[in-house]
Amino acid sequence: MTLALPTVRARKRRRIRRLGRLPLTFLVGGLILAASLVLALVPQLFAPYDPIAMDYNAILSPPSWAHPFGTDSFGRDVLSRVISAYSIDMQIAIFATTGPLIVGTIVGALVGYAGGLTETLFGRIVDAVISFPFLVLVIAIVAVLGPGLGNMYIAVGVIDWVFYGRLVAAEVAVQKRLDYADAGRAMGYTPARIIFRHLLPNAITPAIVYWMTDMALAILLGSSLGYLGLGAQPPAAEWGVQIADGKNFMSTAWWISVFPGIAIVVTGLGFSLFGDGLAELLRTKK
Amino acid sequence: MSALAKTHLEPALSVSNLTTVFQTAAGAVTAVDSVSFDVMPGQVLGLVGESGSGKSVTLRSLMRLVHAPGKVSGRVLWQGRDLLSLSPGALRKVRGGEIAMIFQEPTTALNPVLPVRIQIEENLRAHTALNGRERRARAIELLELVGIPAAERRLDDYPHQFSGGMKQRVMIAIALASDPKLLLADEPTTALDVTIQDQILKLILDLRDEFAMSVVFVTHDLGVVAGTCDRMAVMYAGRIVETGSVRQVFAEPHHPYTRGLLGSVPRGGAERTMLTSIDGTPPSLSAIPPGCAFNPRCDFATERCRAERPALEPFAAGRTVACFHHARVAATGAPA
Repeated sequence: MTLALPTVRARKRRRIRRLGRLPLTFLVGGLILAASLVLALVPQLFAPYDPIAMDYNAILSPPSWAHPFGTDSFGRDVLSRVISAYSIDMQIAIFATTGPLIVGTIVGALVGYAGGLTETLFGRIVDAVISFPFLVLVIAIVAVLGPGLGNMYIAVGVIDWVFYGRLVAAEVAVQKRLDYADAGRAMGYTPARIIFRHLLPNAITPAIVYWMTDMALAILLGSSLGYLGLGAQPPAAEWGVQIADGKNFMSTAWWISVFPGIAIVVTGLGFSLFGDGLAELLRTKK
Repeated sequence: MSALAKTHLEPALSVSNLTTVFQTAAGAVTAVDSVSFDVMPGQVLGLVGESGSGKSVTLRSLMRLVHAPGKVSGRVLWQGRDLLSLSPGALRKVRGGEIAMIFQEPTTALNPVLPVRIQIEENLRAHTALNGRERRARAIELLELVGIPAAERRLDDYPHQFSGGMKQRVMIAIALASDPKLLLADEPTTALDVTIQDQILKLILDLRDEFAMSVVFVTHDLGVVAGTCDRMAVMYAGRIVETGSVRQVFAEPHHPYTRGLLGSVPRGGAERTMLTSIDGTPPSLSAIPPGCAFNPRCDFATERCRAERPALEPFAAGRTVACFHHARVAATGAPA
């Protein structure tokens, strides 16, 4: 026990040193995402105005000190709306993808472990789903269920899990043939234990990395549906809705659409960079 | 030889007509062909053969660890029960609890993302009624038993923080956690360097005595067999071609293949002579020659060997061989 103290200290030191070796993409992406999350959780601390308050004395006013991003056709402050939209759009990113991640991972792990006919059957389902353009399929489902965020999550969830399922199934199918899986079987562990305790932690990396990309895609999808009037409903502040609000004024009041557009790009970039960095980090660890 | 091996008890493990067939696109491949052998309590049996002779598949077939499309048939009697027809639940109790297995590559046989403590305790959780504190204590005890220094501090280390030899020790500690009565060792020292190899072999033998285990040792290394095993079975192209006590087989090989294997190993103490090699290569399992599988490489082969497959038959106490000309082979003596 006398040796424990220096070891703990050495480990802490090593951990700090490791922070400096993190991939740049991971740090930059992480910073953007952290900022986005803060804006999503407490937008009222940063938004200078009420995002849905209309000011008929300041309609379509260009960026100024009072309204840094200008105002829209109802006189609403674009900056406040862009900031408030973080709540909805980050919610879309997380809610639309987490369910598919969990369901797809579990199904994929079981399918990959079972192999054989189950895996073939699952492969055909995946083929059937991915042969449709994702957006078209989601729009079709939303059209049936009716517009709104809740129905959008359902529509995305119904389709999106197969992508995670495919990634995890492929990786588990590889891992289950490695010696440590056989060692687990030779030790008399149950299939459930081998799948979820042993194989999954070794097989989940691609799914986690894809999750980051998927969140960026979810924001794009969410704002696309918002733009089309199938996602978040006006007057809610959502980037896609805002871009739609500005589309008739593009030549005279570009700021209504451009600033939400930039927010989409920056947030999407944050997820992509973070995902890249994460992939690099998890790869080098192996 | 241990004292136990000499007493004539019931065999701990009795394998008969074990056959493993892989259905492939190119047709059925028989990797293990009607293999039969017994292992007595406390005995160390060496399964010897070249790569691809089916020795590892034999070991995996015993534990029903063969992956699809492999099909195992035959009988594996373990304490009165046939492992090949046991229900999955009953099989899980035997695996790890009564029969343990260690693998060739300790680097791949340990789960890279779990600390070794969890991997040891997991076996204890599956096969014993120990509580959390007792499991931890047992894990330390096991790591000490297999010779890992500062065992307590290394409990929470990950496999990659151990060297190859230490990893194999960890693997052995995991395998032995629940006091198995039979240890299946699949070339446990092949991936290790020679000095470490010797330590691991000594460790396995010590543990054999301590736990009163039987051991089935798969290896291609005759030196390992000579140093550790009581009995040996030589495999060629999926079949056992010769069995006997290690001393008898080394002194007087009756199968030309065994003779060739022994001739290809340098021996200390003897006059320095040229090492001989066996001409040709082992046959592909999908194209085993008719008759005796060894006939194209055999100096003793006759027409009969090319037409008819010799059965594995006893010719002296405790010895069996599958060769029509074994008397001639034995009379010729060791290869020049």
